[in-house]
Amino acid sequence: MSVPASVDLTTLENELLHEISSAGDLPALEAVRVSALGKKGRVSELMSRLGALPVEEKKTFGAAVNILKSAVSAALDARKSVLEASALNERLNTERADVTLPVRLGPVAEGRIHPVSQVLDEVIEIFADMGFAVAEGPDIETDAMNFDKLNIPAEHPARQDHDTFYFSPGSDGTRLLLRTHTSPVQIRTMSTQKPPIRIIAPGRVYRCDSDQTHTPMFHQIEGLVIDETTHMGHLKWVLEEFCKAFFEVDEVKMRFRASHFPFTEPSMEVDIGAEAIGKPGQWLEILGCGMVHPNVLRNCGLDPDKYQGFAFGMGLDRLTMLKYGIPDLRAFFSGDLKWLRHYGFGVLDVPTLGGGLSS
Amino acid sequence: MKFTLSWLKDHLDTTSSVDELSTKLSAIGLEVEGVEDAGAKLGAFTVARIVEAKKHPNADKLQIVQVEVAKGQPLMEVVCGAPNARAGMLAVFAPLGTYIPGSKITLEKKPVRGVVSNGMMCSSAELELADDSDGIIDLPESFANQIGQSYVDAAGLNDPVFEVKLTPNRPDCTGVRGIARDLAAAGLGTLKAEPKLGTVEGKDACPIDIKLDFSADTATACPVFAGRVVRGVKNGPSPAWMQARLKAVGQRPINALVDVTNYISLDRGRPLHVYDADKLQGAVRARLGKTGEQFLGLDGKDHAVDTTMCVIADDSGPLGFGGIMGGEPSGSTEATTNVLIESAYFDPLRTAATGRKTGLMTDARYRFERGVDPASVMPGLDLATDMILKLCGGTPTKAKIAGKEPIDARVIAFDFARVEKLTGLKLSQAEIKTTLEKLGFKIDGPANAAKITVPTWRPDVHGSADLVEEVVRIAGMDRVPATPLPRQHGVTRAVLTDKQKRARRTRRLLAARGFVEAVTWSFITRDAARHFGGGSDALELANPISSELSSMRPGLLPGLLTAVTRNRNRAAADVALFELGQAYRGEKPDDQYMSAAGVRAGTAQLKGSGRHWDGPADSVNVYDVKADVYAALTALGMDPAKAQITRDAPSWYHPGRSGTLRLGPKTVLAHFGEVHPATLATLDVEAPVAAFEIFLDALPPEKKKTRAKPALAASDLLPVTRDFAFVVKKDVAAADVIKAAMAADKALIQSVSVFDIFEGGSLALEGKKSVAIAITLQPATETLTDAAIEGIADKVIAEVKKATGGEIRG
Repeated sequence: MSVPASVDLTTLENELLHEISSAGDLPALEAVRVSALGKKGRVSELMSRLGALPVEEKKTFGAAVNILKSAVSAALDARKSVLEASALNERLNTERADVTLPVRLGPVAEGRIHPVSQVLDEVIEIFADMGFAVAEGPDIETDAMNFDKLNIPAEHPARQDHDTFYFSPGSDGTRLLLRTHTSPVQIRTMSTQKPPIRIIAPGRVYRCDSDQTHTPMFHQIEGLVIDETTHMGHLKWVLEEFCKAFFEVDEVKMRFRASHFPFTEPSMEVDIGAEAIGKPGQWLEILGCGMVHPNVLRNCGLDPDKYQGFAFGMGLDRLTMLKYGIPDLRAFFSGDLKWLRHYGFGVLDVPTLGGGLSS
Repeated sequence: MKFTLSWLKDHLDTTSSVDELSTKLSAIGLEVEGVEDAGAKLGAFTVARIVEAKKHPNADKLQIVQVEVAKGQPLMEVVCGAPNARAGMLAVFAPLGTYIPGSKITLEKKPVRGVVSNGMMCSSAELELADDSDGIIDLPESFANQIGQSYVDAAGLNDPVFEVKLTPNRPDCTGVRGIARDLAAAGLGTLKAEPKLGTVEGKDACPIDIKLDFSADTATACPVFAGRVVRGVKNGPSPAWMQARLKAVGQRPINALVDVTNYISLDRGRPLHVYDADKLQGAVRARLGKTGEQFLGLDGKDHAVDTTMCVIADDSGPLGFGGIMGGEPSGSTEATTNVLIESAYFDPLRTAATGRKTGLMTDARYRFERGVDPASVMPGLDLATDMILKLCGGTPTKAKIAGKEPIDARVIAFDFARVEKLTGLKLSQAEIKTTLEKLGFKIDGPANAAKITVPTWRPDVHGSADLVEEVVRIAGMDRVPATPLPRQHGVTRAVLTDKQKRARRTRRLLAARGFVEAVTWSFITRDAARHFGGGSDALELANPISSELSSMRPGLLPGLLTAVTRNRNRAAADVALFELGQAYRGEKPDDQYMSAAGVRAGTAQLKGSGRHWDGPADSVNVYDVKADVYAALTALGMDPAKAQITRDAPSWYHPGRSGTLRLGPKTVLAHFGEVHPATLATLDVEAPVAAFEIFLDALPPEKKKTRAKPALAASDLLPVTRDFAFVVKKDVAAADVIKAAMAADKALIQSVSVFDIFEGGSLALEGKKSVAIAITLQPATETLTDAAIEGIADKVIAEVKKATGGEIRG
């Protein structure tokens, strides 16, 4: 039997391609595929006839049917992609979220670090770079640690200035107190470590005082350097470098005035030009400092003819207020959420020297 | 300490300006708190005469006056509203452009009701010379030849007043002369010689006996007491110049005799007292007080005396506190004709103690408690006698002295090189020498081994460091060259201790979980302290600022819970607050511990709080805070699974909905749970609160290990997960189920998670619950066969049953 190969195949191909292109959806396309390439499909049927053909024809006809099959397959795939894409589009068109709905920002955005903690981290960062470790000590102290060893004997007028909180006397008649400065930490450090010493001592201190600008508890940070050569010139340099780094400005105008503290000799008070915080024309007193008094060294078992060094002390809360423009000290300890949210710092605001203290 | 410029110039020959003096004083340790300079403030105001005055055409209460503002100049037309303005009057005129301090305006040229005023006639209030005034200043005719001159100059009001905040170590500067001496040393002039006194020592013996009446161990209270009587004085107001100075520095002139003592106190830092000699009975003696004694003080109040206080007494009893305040009855009045002048030395410590006990703050106490120059007893007496003779006349007697001045001539061995060693400032030997000498120090010997004699008026100078301070403060702290502190390492090393690092990390971690950091008081109410396991007598302040702040806190929760209430009262109910700080188990240093505590109130959950379209936040519960604790411990490098949870959190937690995390029986790492309703009620907290306390000091130290991480043990084989649901008794702990399941095959079972708890339905009636767990198996070397998986599953079921009695749910 002969097959009118060329005519049949061309017609069939045209018919099938037409059916494929007019299939409106995936099921219709699948029906076309089954009718063409399915087991009993029209193309498969042609293949089944191959066996009955003479060898010569078998080759040519077989090749022609394969070409037809490929063309149909390709057309089916192409149409399938088109239909799938449009089906997806149709589905996506129905899937619309209101992207204007507000979302929760999550805990990292909610949490805050207290300004005093943040500023302490900043200060530690600066002094760490100059080789200062951080020393700590107890809040409840003895008269000896808070006063006597610091060269402030009983009845010294400086004791009256300190407005000390006392506990009731114990059975031996001595009474403990709340440290009025972090200087006892200096005593503890000098009594237990051999020079060279470079520490800062931050912490809570207490004075029996409460008004607009004073709270019965506040934070101090003191510094201490003891070795055999450190002098007042080093002290000035450290304070100047600290102020520039802390206020993040190229220059800070500083004024060193002679003063008096029982535990340092010579003693100085230090003012900074308030342009550092954007208020030109004013001087702000920020710290007291001096060379550690020979009596204090002696009280800690250090020979003042061999060892010398400096100490300084400043208010951490005050530094915080100055740098960040916070008006009221009392609010620091109120636990007021509005205040803490406003003046507090984000979790990721980790102060570093490389990345900037406040940026 | 206040003084005026002219007063300073009595002692200091200087041409320096007020600003120069003020800057230098602050630089050398005599901090100027303020300068009241009327001349600078009021320099533009001049003496003028109103030549003609007539009514303002457009205003009933105003006048138009023609003013002679300077001799020979055309008259100025000024509008004036003062009722006392009249033709011929001498007054004070301010030209246009003048700032009027009392009304805080600058005069501008503008018409007043149609008439342009070329200036203003001023009142005392407008010049801030009086609080209020009726009309303009009406000057006496004696100002007639000063028309056109500055009013403050003409009126002698231009003596600038300095106020210096003295540090307690400088008694010498409680007198103007001491301040002048410092300024002279600092190069701002020359210290003038002491004035020559007339004859002050009389011929007759002092008719009043003076005695020191102490035991050997209290004799320091008043080691010397000198006196002299001046007979036949005529007391009355002191001269105008003295009154002006006293007033300028805030003193009220009394009468010449008293004013002389006050003046010398201010001028020399040498307090004195004057008695009406006719009112004294018997000998005047310094002694300690006796119980029950009292006297009427110059302040008009009765003062009780005790046995620690030094008093001056006569036969009638105590007359006054030595070195603090005299008595009213024995004091000198305008009627006094015979006066006893007292010049003594009182012990600084006893004076301070008496002053504190009595609460009396007087000029005498201010000086004696700092340490008056002991060598000034006789010169002070003589100076007072001289001034009294000059101002009040009379005849002096001989001086009578009991005791001896407590002068210890301190000599300090000093190497000039010490200045540079301690300050880094290199000064010439000549400068060091001159500075010390100008301050009154006597120098003997070579510069490298000098003997320095300390002047009697400097009780604060004891050693070489003090001398260095004297030199460097006068030289100027600004001359000390800033010198880099040598770096110890090229690149900075870490300085924080492990504990400090942990505290830092915990702070950031808690903030990252949505907590806001608070800093609350270290002291709380005693009731709150007791409720939280504290409140012992040992931790109770003897002098608290209020009962709200009286007990050292045993933990951080009372402060945080109080803050919750405060925020709720400000309409913030859903708050998550934490604090990281110290608390106190006792008064010893070791009793202080570091705690990180947090509270979640209302619906302040990790995801947020309050209502939200995506689902509201629930009321906080024990699991919210358990998660906080676990997250914190994990962040600190601990595996919380290695700790045990016990059900014995302290009494301020809900007994059934709280836990304690421990390492062994003794080490408590943390408490967590819902806060006991009774505790909330005690602190007035309305919302539900869940809280935790982490004891940072209790965490085991981090083990030193290599920085390199262990090799990653990741298998290419896929893990297999199997689910089981066990029915157990309601009180069986989920942890026990997990532990048992885990034990089934420690090598293969990688994790066990609880994915469902069901306590409802028929299980509830039986007192049971269903715990559904998922077990993940991680094959290490080969894919697990079904049989192997089945084997492990059977073992899990058996282990759970053995440990908890749980049956696999059908």
